[in-house]
Amino acid sequence: MDYRSPGTVKEAVDLLAASGGGAHILAGGTDLLVKLRTGFVAPKLVVDLKAIPQLRGISSDARGFRIGAATSCAEIGEHAALGAAWPGVVEALRLIGSTQIQGRATLGGNLCNASPAADSVPALIAAGAACEVAGPAGEREVPVERIVTGPGRTSLANGEFVLAFRLPKPPARSGDAYLRLIPRTEMDIAVVGVGVALALDQAGVCTQARVALGAVAPTQLLVADAAAALIGTRVDAKALAALAVAASAACKPIDDKRGTIAYRVKVAGVLARRAATIALERAQAKRG
Amino acid sequence: MAKHHVTTTINGDPVEFLCSTEQTLLDVLRDVLYLTGSKEGCASGDCGACSVTLDGRLVCACLVLGVEAQGRRIETIEGMAKGDVLHPLQQKFLEHAALQCGICTPGFLVAAKALLDRNPDPTETEVRYWLAGNLCRCTGYDKIVRAVLDAAADMRGS
Repeated sequence: MDYRSPGTVKEAVDLLAASGGGAHILAGGTDLLVKLRTGFVAPKLVVDLKAIPQLRGISSDARGFRIGAATSCAEIGEHAALGAAWPGVVEALRLIGSTQIQGRATLGGNLCNASPAADSVPALIAAGAACEVAGPAGEREVPVERIVTGPGRTSLANGEFVLAFRLPKPPARSGDAYLRLIPRTEMDIAVVGVGVALALDQAGVCTQARVALGAVAPTQLLVADAAAALIGTRVDAKALAALAVAASAACKPIDDKRGTIAYRVKVAGVLARRAATIALERAQAKRG
Repeated sequence: MAKHHVTTTINGDPVEFLCSTEQTLLDVLRDVLYLTGSKEGCASGDCGACSVTLDGRLVCACLVLGVEAQGRRIETIEGMAKGDVLHPLQQKFLEHAALQCGICTPGFLVAAKALLDRNPDPTETEVRYWLAGNLCRCTGYDKIVRAVLDAAADMRGS
């Protein structure tokens, strides 16, 4: 197994494309090193993307925030402006593992590892985040919800990788939130995860909403019916009840040791209601 | 496959070593450089016994490739005491009997130091959350948490 640490996007694309699928990308390594150790993957080449400047750090412009795909969660969590703009995204990525894991884990890795239970992904989808993807054909921008196609599978072609995440500027009077259920208080894999982002008009009526579910289907789900239950309402009890029904109805979970199908379906509705309530409070706090 | 020649800084000293891609930073520290203070508990990033800092960030050395150390700055438990003078955290771990078998202790000390380096006055809750990635099967954690809080108070001079 060889190791390369390219310094440019082009060099990385060329290495990955030339490997014909025999290479594995290394970002934070918190998933890859475990898979190498257990023999789950055995690549001929490991391509470390962390030396490429476009994959590191956080910047902002008129469009919003750009987060390099290989930026550590610890570093993202320390970015005050990002935390103020997208508290739900930041609370989600801060749930990934321990302090030690936070020091290494990245958003690019959390997404492309393609676990249905990845905590940052529902929050990113709810926030309307997009990925900058680099590859042999150049760069393209793809909504986060189009990357994962199934457990361990992505829509990225050979030679492609995620360069960065684009988070839009949050609308006025908007808020987002992420909640997950785990059987303990820290460091576990989500049984259900729910991200909600919403915006209100001056009268307090919801004008935009996005609701994304994790760990209840082979991929994260962007649930249009759940968002529709909020839009045009004051996010009152009736709207929240309709949201919960729509979220539960969208679930196609597995039965496993972490939760039964019935339990996950029920919890998805409960968490959607609670996450929407937090997002609402955050949106209202921005008013005035 | 030829080995990688890596130049790095460990506990302030320039260090060079050879490693294969498969070797983790923990393998290199223990088996190549004979810095055996960092322990292998789980080799999957769950237990924190191999905690070191990499450019000031707390990480599990078992989840870092040895070759990734190139040009970086690594601090391990071996750099904590200054000669025969223990770091206040080490002293307080002894005073509070915050260790029994000792396997988790280097990781706890490195992790606790990383906390106090950025937050000299943590609450008990902050200590517990920060150290949630360090597992101890002997002490029940209370003595460790008390030792960290006591060391922090000492280091603040209160």
